[in-house]
Amino acid sequence: MSAQLKLAEPKITMRSVTKRYESARGESVEALAGIDLDVAAGEFLTLVGPSGCGKSTLLNIVAGFEQASGGEVVMDGRPIAEPGPERGVVFQEYALFPWLSVAGNIGFGPASRGLGDAEVSRRVERCVAMVKLDGFEHKYPHELSGGMRQRCALARCIANDPDVMLMDEPLAALDALTRLGLQDELLRIWSEASRERARTVLYITHAIDEALYLSDRILVMSHRPARIRREIRVPFSRPRDPEVRTHETFHRLSDEIWQLLRREI
Amino acid sequence: MSANGSTSRAARLGEIGWRLLVPAGLIALWYVFTEIVPLFHHVMLPSPLAVIRMLQRLVSNGELARHIVASLERILYANLGALALGVPLGLAMGLYRPIDRLLDGIISMFRPIPPLAWVPLSILWLGIGTLSVVFITFLAAFFAVLINTIAGARSVERLHVRAALSLGVSRRRMMTHVVMPSVAPYIFTGFRIAIGVSWMSIVAAELIAASSGLGYMITYYREVLRTDAIIVGMLTIGIIGLLMDILTRRIEQWLMPWRQGLHLS
Repeated sequence: MSAQLKLAEPKITMRSVTKRYESARGESVEALAGIDLDVAAGEFLTLVGPSGCGKSTLLNIVAGFEQASGGEVVMDGRPIAEPGPERGVVFQEYALFPWLSVAGNIGFGPASRGLGDAEVSRRVERCVAMVKLDGFEHKYPHELSGGMRQRCALARCIANDPDVMLMDEPLAALDALTRLGLQDELLRIWSEASRERARTVLYITHAIDEALYLSDRILVMSHRPARIRREIRVPFSRPRDPEVRTHETFHRLSDEIWQLLRREI
Repeated sequence: MSANGSTSRAARLGEIGWRLLVPAGLIALWYVFTEIVPLFHHVMLPSPLAVIRMLQRLVSNGELARHIVASLERILYANLGALALGVPLGLAMGLYRPIDRLLDGIISMFRPIPPLAWVPLSILWLGIGTLSVVFITFLAAFFAVLINTIAGARSVERLHVRAALSLGVSRRRMMTHVVMPSVAPYIFTGFRIAIGVSWMSIVAAELIAASSGLGYMITYYREVLRTDAIIVGMLTIGIIGLLMDILTRRIEQWLMPWRQGLHLS
């Protein structure tokens, strides 16, 4: 990303964001301990951390599914209070509507926002092509493979034209080979969608290589309560070349992240 | 989906034969022990031939059709009433805690009362006739629809609700496009159970509180000791019940095509 973007007003700002839960036994559990974070417009930012560290909580707060216990979360100058279509979400479990076809799922957002039938089907057509699901428009989710379901979920998110895409371990449920393929697809789709205007991605994973391959910037999180342990700027140019995985720098960074995470497990 | 059509047809025929094996065997035994080695007095158990002769008589003089129409009409009214009241109430209780708390106690108390225990009161209040029978049958169907709708409303997936919210869905559309499709299969299950229990209670109600219908027909012929007519009435109920179950399943598959794969797998 260019230097100008860093100077520009951040897309999302978090200041001392904390989150406490009441556990089933009535104990207070601290999930987030004062998170400060700026996400630049058009940035691909990834949170890496051990399972259950609270990174999903952070994403749910940005999505508006959960409320922070303290601090503030601001997007485009307005505090985030509830879910909204400008923040699209891609879930690990796909969360497709089983009663709708592929086309129905992809068109759900545009139709919900009151766009006309013609515009909805134009968007569906475009997004189906973008995720290469041509010929599967009338299939139901249960008729698709895991990889195809996640493509469909991705298309459903893109079709709604969000500024920010929140992705909670979107590839974690897939087998290793499908995952590698979808990493490239994800980058291609993101850059295609970014041609019209900046699309910011907040991505969660516990796969270090995935984080390095996809992101502009990686934040390594500590164990619960989550703090930001380190920020890593990923130096590889875009579009990403799959060969980058064999670079010496890739391995050095991967090792660095691993050393940080190892202490947290 | 077999490529070889003749094989699948043979398999289908085999399956139908397998299904008919036990009914055919029972009829054969019935025939043998009434016509060839008569073990029973014809009042205790008439032969299948006598039952067929009685069936012909009741069909040709229109008596059977009259009773079928009377019973079916009551079942229709009772189930329409059960759906009209049970679905909205079930949705309200399943989705809104305060309404659930308000009504759960009283409903849990009335539910275990067998519909037939209502016969004396309903005769007092509504008199002998269609109104009483419909009321009793309605009670049976209503609880089946209500309980299943509540279960359905509680099973709406949080993930689907979140996905819809972040796609910008309105409150109203959330109801019609997320909640209703999630609950619909449960409502249908409730409806199928309701049809089944309405037959059980309608026959019993007609034994006491009506002067038409299949239940009435069976009591009437018990008083004149025509066992063959009783058996005609019983088999008619069985066959109509079976046909209605097949019909509701067909409607379910037609209305909810996404469930077909789920049944098969």
